[in-house]
Amino acid sequence: MDAASFLPLPPVTFHILLALADEDRHGYAIIQDVAARTGGELKLSAGTLYRSIQRMLEQGLVIETRDRPAPEEDDERRRYYRITKFGIEVARAEARRLTQLVKFARQSGFAAGKA
Amino acid sequence: MRVYRLLLRLFPASFRAEYGEEMQAVFAARRLRETAVALWAGTLIDILANALRVHTDLLWQDLHWTFRVLRQSPGFTLTAITVISLGIGANTAAFTLLNHVFLRPLPFAHPEQLVTVYQTDIPNHNPRTGATPPNFVDWRAMNHSFSSMGAYIGILTPMNLSGQGDPVRLDAATVSFDVFKTLGVQPMAGRSFTAEDDLPGGASAILSNHTAEGLFGSAAGAVGRTVRLDGQPFNIIGVMPPGFAFPWRDTHLWLSLKSWDNRGNRMLSVIGRLRPEVSLTQARADLEVIARQLERAFPKDNAGVGIGMLELREDTSPQARILVIAVSAGAFCLMLIACTNLANLLFARAMVRKQEIAVRIAIGAARERVLRQLLTESMVLGIVGGALGLVLAMLATPSLTILVPGSLPIGGIPEVDWRVFAFAAALTLATSIAFGAGPALRSSRNVDLNALRSRSASGSRTDRLRAALVLAEVACTVTLLIGAGLLLKAMWRVQAVDPGFRAEGVLTLRTALPIATPPDRRDQFYSRILTEARRLPGVTSAAYISFLPMTATYGNFVVTVPGVTMAEETRAHTRFITSDYFKTLGIPLLRGRDVSERDNSTAPKVAVVSQFLAQRLWPGQDPVGREMTLGSNWTVVGVVGDVAVRGLESSSLPQAYFPSGQVPPSLAFYAPKDLAIHASGDPASLASALRQIIRRANPEQAVSDVQLLEDILASQTASRRAQLRVLVTFAGVAFLLAAVGIHGLLSFAVTSRTREVGVRIALGAARGDILGMFLRQGLVLGSAGIAVALPLAYLAARSMTSLLFGVQPNDPLIYASAALLALLMTVAGSLRPSLRAASVDPALTIRAE
Repeated sequence: MDAASFLPLPPVTFHILLALADEDRHGYAIIQDVAARTGGELKLSAGTLYRSIQRMLEQGLVIETRDRPAPEEDDERRRYYRITKFGIEVARAEARRLTQLVKFARQSGFAAGKA
Repeated sequence: MRVYRLLLRLFPASFRAEYGEEMQAVFAARRLRETAVALWAGTLIDILANALRVHTDLLWQDLHWTFRVLRQSPGFTLTAITVISLGIGANTAAFTLLNHVFLRPLPFAHPEQLVTVYQTDIPNHNPRTGATPPNFVDWRAMNHSFSSMGAYIGILTPMNLSGQGDPVRLDAATVSFDVFKTLGVQPMAGRSFTAEDDLPGGASAILSNHTAEGLFGSAAGAVGRTVRLDGQPFNIIGVMPPGFAFPWRDTHLWLSLKSWDNRGNRMLSVIGRLRPEVSLTQARADLEVIARQLERAFPKDNAGVGIGMLELREDTSPQARILVIAVSAGAFCLMLIACTNLANLLFARAMVRKQEIAVRIAIGAARERVLRQLLTESMVLGIVGGALGLVLAMLATPSLTILVPGSLPIGGIPEVDWRVFAFAAALTLATSIAFGAGPALRSSRNVDLNALRSRSASGSRTDRLRAALVLAEVACTVTLLIGAGLLLKAMWRVQAVDPGFRAEGVLTLRTALPIATPPDRRDQFYSRILTEARRLPGVTSAAYISFLPMTATYGNFVVTVPGVTMAEETRAHTRFITSDYFKTLGIPLLRGRDVSERDNSTAPKVAVVSQFLAQRLWPGQDPVGREMTLGSNWTVVGVVGDVAVRGLESSSLPQAYFPSGQVPPSLAFYAPKDLAIHASGDPASLASALRQIIRRANPEQAVSDVQLLEDILASQTASRRAQLRVLVTFAGVAFLLAAVGIHGLLSFAVTSRTREVGVRIALGAARGDILGMFLRQGLVLGSAGIAVALPLAYLAARSMTSLLFGVQPNDPLIYASAALLALLMTVAGSLRPSLRAASVDPALTIRAE
């Protein structure tokens, strides 16, 4: 599967990939991470989150991981997700696309900064 | 949390199983931080929106999968869709018709209260006659059962409408003022008739919507206008709503009934509306009392006269009824066959896919997902087939309209009935789900590891079920074949009836002169038209008659012989003719002479009688020169052959012909109207020349009913032919489907028994034995189906005896032919799979294990 065929990535998908960039997280942790990153602007609902995750699992962007945190921190109901190599590839491609867009926006004077 | 869990049920089970618990955990965490209102509002929107999306996602996936799977087996897909569309299409069309004719309430308010009332004359073997006007007036005044009663003349009067472009022929119904009130229908524009309209003088007309739009562009535009009908001015006082058709489907306008005095003329048809609280039985008792009172008051005209009553809905000929019912029964048969076939098809497919499904479940696909996919597949087949079926029904319905009895007050083409369609669609969908997804899933419930391992996987129970389905198909097919066969034979018999005249080469048309035309003007008109018509190239003879045979059943009057009392009343089918009528229609003149121009109003009154009438009036004697009484006395001058005047399927009445120059004023309605021309070339090419001749003679004279006599004769069997076409099509389709069914069953049996066959051959069984084994299996099924069908077919045939025109419901030839056909079909269907079985290579099959 070609990473380019997933672009442009739906914002929610991109945010989930960002949330999983540095560590495996369970669903609620993803929600919290996304909220913190966006300063509370994007609050994922449970339905949106898991629908996206379901699709991302099918697309191979993330996998469910069997590595679990220490038992005292763990809740057995939780599932942990990890970004795949392919997921990283897709996220990078999306980032490149966005950078490119911002560059164009600057050239046209729509965005501040150097062109 | 309970509420949340409940809300989660909106998601597909597979999604819920996967993420339900986590979503609950997220929800629990949120509950600690957010206010109740924000939490629930957000949650509700979240779940509703996302559940819907998850479902659509799945649906798209499943559809995608379905189309891929269906494309992989185009044979199966095409067959399934064809079977479904045929079943649904045929049923929707046939039951739409049935519903239109029999089940749907008549298009009047409280139709169950509507009845027809008529006189009976049991002493003269006449169970139903029209009512005399004074009797009707008395019934209307004396009864306690009807909220309203109306009378009308059951024969439409043809009238020439002039002054609106080309003259047109319109058919007028003559009704008493209370007919519309009784039916509960009011004009859509203008007013209805009132009691004053039934009095002498004044001339009001009410137009049908169709007529009003044709003449004046709109209903409203017609009211208040004056039209000239047969040269007389009539005021248009109202226009009936579209679709209103009474008493006949092709009534153009209504005039009020003006003649109320004749206690001897049984000319009226009567309808009544029962009071809501009065039952049919009570009304009959009430009418019985009235009949006895009228008998005492007017013994001369009412001796033995009773009053009969029927629900208006029932007032159709039993034959028309059975015609429609037979078609519907055929359609239902086809539906059953289609469903069994579909079931079999899907069943076989499900068995084959058991393995695939077992694999998928074994590698972890959720059962719910598999079920959804199978359901999606069944639905797609059902929906595509259903859509095609609907198109089929829409195309077929108009051509079935010919089966609607003309006597019912229902207009137009039946529209495809959505309830019927929904029923047929639901039935096929249920079949496709029950037999498509059902067996596949049942087998997947206890993940069948055997299915993973081996390919010979048919239990004897499913085999028996499939065999029973095929047997039912064969039985339905044979029943249809026999039904269609019997009706075909009946139609041949009807067509073989000698009509008594020669239809070939005769062109006919109608020029209905106004009834009030003075006799001399009328005679001048006939003579001018005939003289000029005879001069046309190729014309060998031309003549006028009141009504051509088979076009009108009325005009049957009592004839007697002066001085002779007859045991039984004799009625003669009475027609007025010009000379050459017998020659034009090839009716043999057996004795004496034809009428001639010299038989005019001043000459002695003469008549020509048919052989049948001669035998009835003067058995064993020469009728020429004798006198008979019909109104007045007439001298018989000739005897001609009998004609099936009332149609090929009705017993003929004896006929009496009188010269057109001697029409008595009281029978002006029967003055000649129909022109018949015999030509040596193509008679149809004469039509325009004839129209010109008529226009020159009288520019206001309308010409109508231009048709070949052959077409009139053919129309006798038109509804039979339509019915037969439908049934034969059904039988043909059923035949094919059953053959496909047998083929499918045996193919499957051969596939699943390949190993057994291989072993048998390895052990020394001859190929012929193997072939025989499978052929025998097919033949046993076929014969069993035939055996089941024969008594069924007999029952069906007996119930339509009245359609069979003398063909016995157990006609051995038809039964034998149908059985033979079914056997041939069985062999044809079994041959290929049996040959395949016989060619199994034992080495290959055994190695495959």
